[in-house]
Amino acid sequence: MSGATTESIGAVRRLRRRELPALLREIHDPPRALYLRGAGDADVLGRPAVAIVGARACSTYGAQVARMLGRDIAGAGLVVVSGLARGIDGEAHRGALDAGGLTVAVLGCGIDRDYPAAHGELARRICERGLVVSEYEPGVEPAPWRFPARNRIIAGLTAAMVIVEARHRSGALITADFALEDGREVFAVPGEITSMLSTGTNRLLRQGATPLTSAEDVLELFGLSAAQRPRAPELGSAAAKVLERLADGAVSADELARATELEPGRLAAGLGELELAGLVTEAEGRYRAVMRPG
Amino acid sequence: MLARTITHALVGLDARSVEVEAHLEDGLPAFAIVGLPDRACQEAKQRVRSGIASAELTWPLRRLTVNLAPAELRKEGSGFDLPIALAVLAASRQVTEESLRGHAAVGELALDGRVRPVAGVLAAAEGAKEQGLSRLFCAAASAPEAALAGIEPVPLHHLAEAASYLRGEWQPEPLEELEELPAPSGVPDLADVRGQERARLALELAAAGRHNLLLAGPPGTGKTMLARRLPGILPPLTREEALEVTRIHSVAGLLPHGRPLVTAPPFRAPHHTASAPAIVGGGSGPRPGEASLAHRGVLFLDELAEFPRPTLEALRQPLEDGVIGIARVEGRAVFPARFQLVAAMNLCPCGAKGDPGVECSCSAQRLAAYRDKLSRALLDRFDLLVTVPRPRAVELAAAPSEASELVRARVVAAGERLRARRPRRVEAANELLSRAVERLPLSARGRARVARVSATVAALAGAESVQPEHVAEALSFRAPNELAAA
Repeated sequence: MSGATTESIGAVRRLRRRELPALLREIHDPPRALYLRGAGDADVLGRPAVAIVGARACSTYGAQVARMLGRDIAGAGLVVVSGLARGIDGEAHRGALDAGGLTVAVLGCGIDRDYPAAHGELARRICERGLVVSEYEPGVEPAPWRFPARNRIIAGLTAAMVIVEARHRSGALITADFALEDGREVFAVPGEITSMLSTGTNRLLRQGATPLTSAEDVLELFGLSAAQRPRAPELGSAAAKVLERLADGAVSADELARATELEPGRLAAGLGELELAGLVTEAEGRYRAVMRPG
Repeated sequence: MLARTITHALVGLDARSVEVEAHLEDGLPAFAIVGLPDRACQEAKQRVRSGIASAELTWPLRRLTVNLAPAELRKEGSGFDLPIALAVLAASRQVTEESLRGHAAVGELALDGRVRPVAGVLAAAEGAKEQGLSRLFCAAASAPEAALAGIEPVPLHHLAEAASYLRGEWQPEPLEELEELPAPSGVPDLADVRGQERARLALELAAAGRHNLLLAGPPGTGKTMLARRLPGILPPLTREEALEVTRIHSVAGLLPHGRPLVTAPPFRAPHHTASAPAIVGGGSGPRPGEASLAHRGVLFLDELAEFPRPTLEALRQPLEDGVIGIARVEGRAVFPARFQLVAAMNLCPCGAKGDPGVECSCSAQRLAAYRDKLSRALLDRFDLLVTVPRPRAVELAAAPSEASELVRARVVAAGERLRARRPRRVEAANELLSRAVERLPLSARGRARVARVSATVAALAGAESVQPEHVAEALSFRAPNELAAA
């Protein structure tokens, strides 16, 4: 279980407390030092940033939202900060990378570790342009109590935070508490009230967090607007019909067939076309529109 | 005094000629069989002695040696009983050696002298025919099977009949002409499947293009039910294919009684606890496994991820080459195994994933381990992947769907179109495919897969060429996200 060695992760830099970005120095308990690796400049930490965090065992819906937000927020020029964990965190990083934007991963273990190991490749891609940071010197093992401490740095580095999915007692909520204490803006993505994965986020909303309905809600805070999306390609009649129906939420192919009265072959062709155009994704046999039409 | 008969030993599906020599000499009565007989063959002594006595023939009270030549070839099974008995009768001059000329023999003897059928008669009959022999002694129940090889069988119920036949006192009744048997009625019909239009479409495409199909989805959504209906929409076997399949099933001893020729595509569904040799074939005298028994038919692996990984990896050779080679000290046996692979699996170990009514309780580690079971290389062998969601109650209450017979007619027509003139992609379809390679995670093999399926889509639609919408349709049957690498 030994992590990556210093050679394979490149040079590790160390920022002393007074070199930390102003926003991070403001928090109640700023780290004594911060270790950095990756091709990104240390100034990246001082740029306007948004944290996107949430459950590790997330739903497909949550994963798609996290990815979309990562893409839109990084695409508009903000830095996406998250914790390199499975689930929402990883998807947020991936979304930012998809958009070719900057992203920063904050670790809860020694700077030379990739944790979880499954995200080693993701960490490498983040390092190509962004940064991986940690307050722990090389060699420190991951431990449960280090992750809440890590979360205060995620909150500290960012002016706004988005919680995508969280159970009622989750690490993401701890991060949100830090953000609130530090006076940062907290957004929560509304979820189904019957889903366990929404209990945490919905409670945040009841307590006064801002509901997030699109990436624009966050971008407005920074005086930005979403990057111009490429024009939707010309769609065939079957594809257009399917997309219209998908505006109401995710459905299976057979339900689509009944709603659109397309025969299965034409429906499949429409779905293939939409998937290729990046307008629809499939998960667990259900199809979902990626962007809200209009 | 010496006498010979001819029989055949099987190495895989190959019949090798074996000469049975019986030698009588003066001395204390004794009976020895030499020439590498296995346990079952060694026990022929008791059966042959009792059988000859029961047929009211005389057991020679002299020193008897039976040699099975060539001596280095292993002789397995009980099919040597009948040729040994005939050689003994000829050596003791109860029948003339002359009368045995041009005959081969295969069959097991009962203690009362009845002749019992054995496995592999078709292969033995083909071996005899190839050797220039014209008649084959065999059990009456095996006679129709032997006749398939174009050899004239001598159907026997009892050893006594063989002796009278060889003395010219008895002729077997001519074999009834084999009429074309109707397809077996036991194959379930697609009309029973309510709803599931997309999965039905995938099944039809799989049948028309002989594509491998993976059905994924939560339990109880009809994956197995769909898979079992695939043979019912496949075109019937040609005469040549039927012979190939029959040969394999005969060697495995699986031919149903009174139905010597397998005319319907076989369907084999081994359980996931089956060993690798049971699935790909093996054993000391190699025997065909489930993959070979599914030759020209369907091999269905339910709960694909529960199969041990070595077993799945062993299937890659037949999926690629259509044959299974098993090397043994005595040589290499080759079994044909050109099967269509259909597999079903849940989306996660607990099965709840994909079922909106239940929350999945699998940990990330278990999910990762579950996916790791299926190598990319194996997943790449599936041309069609479809996720079967849980149908709604209204769908289950719907009217019966299209029957297998109607679907089969379309499948047969599409198959003929694919063979006669494979539809080519028009320029726009090519562009769409290239765009897909750029935009989607689609490997080179994945591209070839989509190209193959789109030709089938076009053929089923009756189109002359592959249009962009055909490629788009094929694209929608790529790997579901849950199975693709994150």
